Amino acid sequence: MKRIYVKEEACIGCGLCQVYCQTEHSQSKDIIKAFKKESPRPLPRVWVEARENVSFAIQCRQCSEPWCVYSCLTGAMHNDPVSGLITVDAERCIGCWTCIVACPYGALTKDTSNNTVVKCDLCPGRDIPACVANCPNEALVLSEDGEKG
Amino acid sequence: MRTKYLIIGNSAGGIGAAEAIREADEENILTIISDESYPVYSRPLISKYLTKECTLDKMLYRPADFYAQNNIVFLPDRRVTHLEPSHRTAQFEDGEHIIWEKLLLAVGGTPIVPKIGGRERKGVFTFTTLNDAKAVDKFLENGVKKAVVIGGGLIGISATEALVKRGIEVKIIEMKERVLNTIIDEQASLMAEEALKQAEVKIITGHTVAEISGSDALESVILDNEEEIPCDLVVIAIGVSPRTELALDAGIKINRGIVVDCHMATSHPDIYSCGDAAEAYDFVYEENRLTPIWPNAYVGGRVAGYNMAGIDKEYPGGTAMNSLNYFGIDIASAGITTLPNSNNYEVISKQDGSIYQKVVLKDDFIVGMIFVGNIEKSGIVFGLMRDKVNVGSFKQSLLADDFGLAFLPRKLWQERLETPPELAYSNRRHWSN
Repeated sequence: MKRIYVKEEACIGCGLCQVYCQTEHSQSKDIIKAFKKESPRPLPRVWVEARENVSFAIQCRQCSEPWCVYSCLTGAMHNDPVSGLITVDAERCIGCWTCIVACPYGALTKDTSNNTVVKCDLCPGRDIPACVANCPNEALVLSEDGEKG
Repeated sequence: MRTKYLIIGNSAGGIGAAEAIREADEENILTIISDESYPVYSRPLISKYLTKECTLDKMLYRPADFYAQNNIVFLPDRRVTHLEPSHRTAQFEDGEHIIWEKLLLAVGGTPIVPKIGGRERKGVFTFTTLNDAKAVDKFLENGVKKAVVIGGGLIGISATEALVKRGIEVKIIEMKERVLNTIIDEQASLMAEEALKQAEVKIITGHTVAEISGSDALESVILDNEEEIPCDLVVIAIGVSPRTELALDAGIKINRGIVVDCHMATSHPDIYSCGDAAEAYDFVYEENRLTPIWPNAYVGGRVAGYNMAGIDKEYPGGTAMNSLNYFGIDIASAGITTLPNSNNYEVISKQDGSIYQKVVLKDDFIVGMIFVGNIEKSGIVFGLMRDKVNVGSFKQSLLADDFGLAFLPRKLWQERLETPPELAYSNRRHWSN
């Protein structure tokens, strides 16, 4: 079971995780094209929360008791029994946002361009998610543990 | 027929139970009975069926091979009419019976149809099942131009939106003084009504329909003040009541719904219930209540399923929680949104143009919330409500423009972020504390 953790002491809130997340989820996977040419601009699946001297990045916690999956009205949200990854099937998502109200982390976001929810998918096709790989302070770490928290 | 597990009802609750049972027990016979013809579909999507945005295929809540994949005996188009708990049998309409060891009544609710004269006329519909949506869809072929929707609750508004999208002029008749009055407060209702009016929906509040009149075709509804409103279609959407007839037949304890304990067990130890039929624990009111919403049905069903399969799980409790997006306006609401007559509640609210946010507190615990316009962080507030977190020290931050987990005290966000157990990778040589 893979999930991403943040070391808050090392996060300076630079936002590069967001930038690389957006790039990874763009059509071109090119940072300049993703930000300058693509419309709509790809949405990040990770956000930096900052307040006073505290900052940390947050993305889907891949919960073992996923309220978003339990609350999904259409069955678009799915908890993969093997990988433990929480996925969303954009074809079946109707943008009712019940999952957003159900998520205690605020880790889901609306994609208003196609009226579906978007979330961290741990970057399929990459061994190391883009946010982790590109954090200059190694504040983001990928952990592979047996238990889901 | 014989089954270890019998689930009556094939919607969110029944499927939640079936999935939990199959996590715990892959072997024993599991049977689901439905009085509908379809594999499990999303009831909330019937309005999108009516607008033709969704076909049945797209409405399916689980893949079409769900039953086969999970080794489930699925009996569609069957209705159980009698239960004999002492013999552990359920009897079908045709007299055939099935013997069960553990039974789940996930039978849902039935639309309330008041005794309005003319309610049996052609062109009068309820709107809770796919068959209802199909019937309305077919009736629209007759060239319907004007519709009356009786009831300005969730189902009424959802039916209204679908009809408007089909090019029909709709009037909503709401008995109380405002639409959506059970789930949002006055201010949010006002905003919803504004959005409805923008779509040229007319809303008549404070009145009921006394009669539905017509001859072969519908002609009009007549209100309690004798006002006559011409229409060729009527949708009755004043609410849903729990289907308790089987529980009644079985001698199980019923209050407003089928009463269940924290294991979702009824007063009979081998019979469980969940969803719209059941009266389960509401963590806001701290008592058993009807909370007929899809997520609670699924979670309650899941808990029932585990317990039916011998795994001890407790229902964490649910409350009324809704995310609405009709007519282009997003509304999230949960718990107590309209204050009872009491001084024990504190309200924090904020309005800025099309954005409205409100949190209701009791003794520094969140007991209700409304988010209109900007709902993206409402889940954090709902989570604090569900987890019963004392928010006294940071309650004023709950409605901050850039509100997020970082606004919570360190201990709370640390718990939520968790500490990494073991590190498979960090992007440099090592990572030390």
